[in-house]
Amino acid sequence: MSFIPHTEQEINEMLETIGASSIDELFKDIGPQMRPKSFHIPEGRSELEVDRYFKVMSQKNRPGLVNFIGAGFYEHYIPAVVDALASRSEFYTAYTPYQSECAQGWLQAMYEYQTSICELTGLDVSNASLYDGGTALCEAVMMAIRITGRNKVIVDCGVNHTYRTMLYAYTKNLAIEFVETPVVQGLSCRKDIYKLLDDRTAAVILQNPNFFGAVDDHSDIVDKTHSCGAVAIGSVYPISLGILKTPAEMGIDIATGEGQSLGLPLSFGGPYLGFMAVRKEYTRQMPGRIVGATVDKDGKPGYVLTLQAREQHIRREKATSNICSNEALCALRALMYLCALGKEGLRELALLNFHKSEFAKTCLDTIPGVVVKRSSPTFNEFTVMLPHDAEKVFEKMAAKGFACGFPLGRAYKGMENYLLVAVTEKRTKDEVMAFAKALEEAVCS
Amino acid sequence: MQLIFEKSRKGRRAFRIPAVDVPVKAKLPSKYCRSNDALLAEVSELDLVRHFTNLSRLNFSVDTNFYPLGSCTMKYNPKFTEQIAGLEGFRELHPLFAQLDATVPYTQGALEVLFCAEQVLCEITGMTAFTTQPLAGAHGELTGAMIIAAYHRHKGNTPKYVIVPDSSHGTNPASAAIAGYEVMVIPTDKDGYMDMEAYKSKLGPESAAVMLTCPDTLGIFNPRIKEIADLAHKAGVLMYYDGANLNAVLGKVRPGDLGFDIVHLNLHKTFATPHGGGGPGAGPVGVTARLSEFLPVPRVIKKRDNTFALEYKFPHSIGPVAPFYGNFGVILKALAYIMLLGKTGLIEVSEIAVLNANYCLARLKDFYQVAYNKNRCMHECILSAVEQAKNGVRALDIAKYLIDKGFHPPTIYFPLIVKEALMIEPTETESKETLDSFIAVMIEIAKMSKTHPELVVNAPLCSPVKRLDETKAARELNLRWRPPLEKDG
Repeated sequence: MSFIPHTEQEINEMLETIGASSIDELFKDIGPQMRPKSFHIPEGRSELEVDRYFKVMSQKNRPGLVNFIGAGFYEHYIPAVVDALASRSEFYTAYTPYQSECAQGWLQAMYEYQTSICELTGLDVSNASLYDGGTALCEAVMMAIRITGRNKVIVDCGVNHTYRTMLYAYTKNLAIEFVETPVVQGLSCRKDIYKLLDDRTAAVILQNPNFFGAVDDHSDIVDKTHSCGAVAIGSVYPISLGILKTPAEMGIDIATGEGQSLGLPLSFGGPYLGFMAVRKEYTRQMPGRIVGATVDKDGKPGYVLTLQAREQHIRREKATSNICSNEALCALRALMYLCALGKEGLRELALLNFHKSEFAKTCLDTIPGVVVKRSSPTFNEFTVMLPHDAEKVFEKMAAKGFACGFPLGRAYKGMENYLLVAVTEKRTKDEVMAFAKALEEAVCS
Repeated sequence: MQLIFEKSRKGRRAFRIPAVDVPVKAKLPSKYCRSNDALLAEVSELDLVRHFTNLSRLNFSVDTNFYPLGSCTMKYNPKFTEQIAGLEGFRELHPLFAQLDATVPYTQGALEVLFCAEQVLCEITGMTAFTTQPLAGAHGELTGAMIIAAYHRHKGNTPKYVIVPDSSHGTNPASAAIAGYEVMVIPTDKDGYMDMEAYKSKLGPESAAVMLTCPDTLGIFNPRIKEIADLAHKAGVLMYYDGANLNAVLGKVRPGDLGFDIVHLNLHKTFATPHGGGGPGAGPVGVTARLSEFLPVPRVIKKRDNTFALEYKFPHSIGPVAPFYGNFGVILKALAYIMLLGKTGLIEVSEIAVLNANYCLARLKDFYQVAYNKNRCMHECILSAVEQAKNGVRALDIAKYLIDKGFHPPTIYFPLIVKEALMIEPTETESKETLDSFIAVMIEIAKMSKTHPELVVNAPLCSPVKRLDETKAARELNLRWRPPLEKDG
């Protein structure tokens, strides 16, 4: 089944029009010595057979674990309306809206997405999406280098370790010096950051809530960053922005983040959504597509891709980024999700997450030998210290039906006994209590 | 159409958040809280549904219109593969499960899918190893360029340049630049091939790699491609295959057999995953044996006991380029597509894709100038509207007139070296009737450009908006909606 409509007769008619005796003749530039040495692909199968294969594969995954893992990627409920609307094929079988007159639906949706991201972050300008939160952060760093003409970057270790690893890999061939600063009592270490800030510093990268779930107000760090002429970059968790201080309120110049929590399934790591919002003066340094409002020749409002002179298809090696395809459909889902929740709904959801995780803290606190770290407030994820190796506890908990959190020793040396626990609205009160009971058994046995 | 924000009414809801079912004790100190709510739209579910349904109807898409956007391979996207990506055991799976020993057994199906996808892509391209991490074609190019850099660093070489032909995609030089390279551009000769003399003169220790699309962006397969690869290898230069045009040669040629060292594929082009209005795509990268140690980590391995695991111990790896294992949902769809088509089906894809493009070329060559070879092309044909432009009908005008006739325009003004370029890629899934009706309109335009050029230049007239003022958009930036100012007396 190759979804080809041609009848044999049509193929012959077409060949005749072309003036070729056979299809093979069309490939005559590919000489015999260039033909494949092998092409051992199994023959095609029916839809039903392929369906069976993938069902078996998907069932091999079925964990049935009650999930308390977040670590930057969260299990949130997705309203049914998001799936229903995003599956309109007039959206998902279109491509980049280069031809604006036949893509007004997409362009307007992206303008609405940009508006929603600006509202979430408080910043002036959003682009129309990047691949994921990690590559968005890499793009932010490259922006900061261009803006300042400097090349030293201070990275708070509260930034997701996955993103830090990606950042160093991404920029390995560029002359950028990265310096990491520690997390102390759960928060960014002001003292160390201030010591490192100098006139060579291009950017300081912060994350809120940080990887440990701790909530901070980075305004002081941002002030100091600006007084050195550097750019403040903040990686944020969009659901938390239902209640938390916005990047703009802290003075952040470039906010980036992972949009997966906005209506995208976890789907084993992708497709996800990178978002980026910046202060107005940095608009022209942004990577990726940007949609702008304009009018048509009759004065009717409409939308176009704008500031394209920044982009690779025009500027080539001097472009602000190499990105071409982005994650438009994921951005559309995020927009639909945010519209479904609305202004009140997002705040309520954020509060619900906060309260659930606070409740989980009180449940876990009663377990002998388990210490909930409380040196700073948290949003929906927090750190607990266990009496022994978190990986071992994890294994025991998995046997009891719980994915009990992210063992922090995987990302931070010396934190082998620590567990990072996320509690979203998906977890019921009963699940949280059962989780606490199971954890008590697991650490005491 | 009104913006969703303009339809917003205070207090209106589309979705109910569950009540708090736990005791509320703690309160977040106000210094950590935002001072005002985000002004998100407040609408009912029906408002929401009607808004986005009506927006969707303003788009051209593969499911509604012929979409011969050159270089983008806008073929039909089978519905079945959507169903596969939506299976609960994939959709709900947390990616970190695969990294925690206790939960690895719970991700065996997903890891096996990744492993199988890598294997089948190796066989299709003739490469030894693949990574599924890159999240789009350009991201694959960057991954490839990073592998090139890692290879040369490991060998102790210090090349400065990446060679690209002047017909290349803009992403090639842009990706090379992020990997720290300068770009050396080779001109195209009069027959549409890369100029061999210029090419030879650039080979040497200063050059890291050659990035080529094959068949190239002019829709031409270069019969000297093996010679190009041999010359590169003799000079210690790596060969990079931009897989944007793989749809032309499935089962006809494999980049690995031609001497390419690195390949990226666009799963959303060749393997029929939906383009999603600009993404998500997927850009897996394949390499030959000597480069496999540089691939991103983690890599999926099959163990002796036939189980699957992630392996990080590749000291020369360029590191991760994505947070996890790539756009898994897209990879699932591509693998399902490959399994449906199988060997014969894949070969047929390229045969009919090339047949369709040649048919368009044959029927349009008397009405439009052909950029290079007038008689043959691969999966896309590149016309030039220079003749029509003499009467004031430019490629842009032709594009806009096609919209009025219900056809998505071809890619225009690319490749950059073709004046008034119209890059037509019909793909294999379009029927002869569809091509015939498109061709009829193209011929009509060619005739009208002589008799009534103003009718073409004024198009589109039937679309939701007429031609939009792009200059105004760029000069008077309006990139977000703002609520109208409150009247405060």
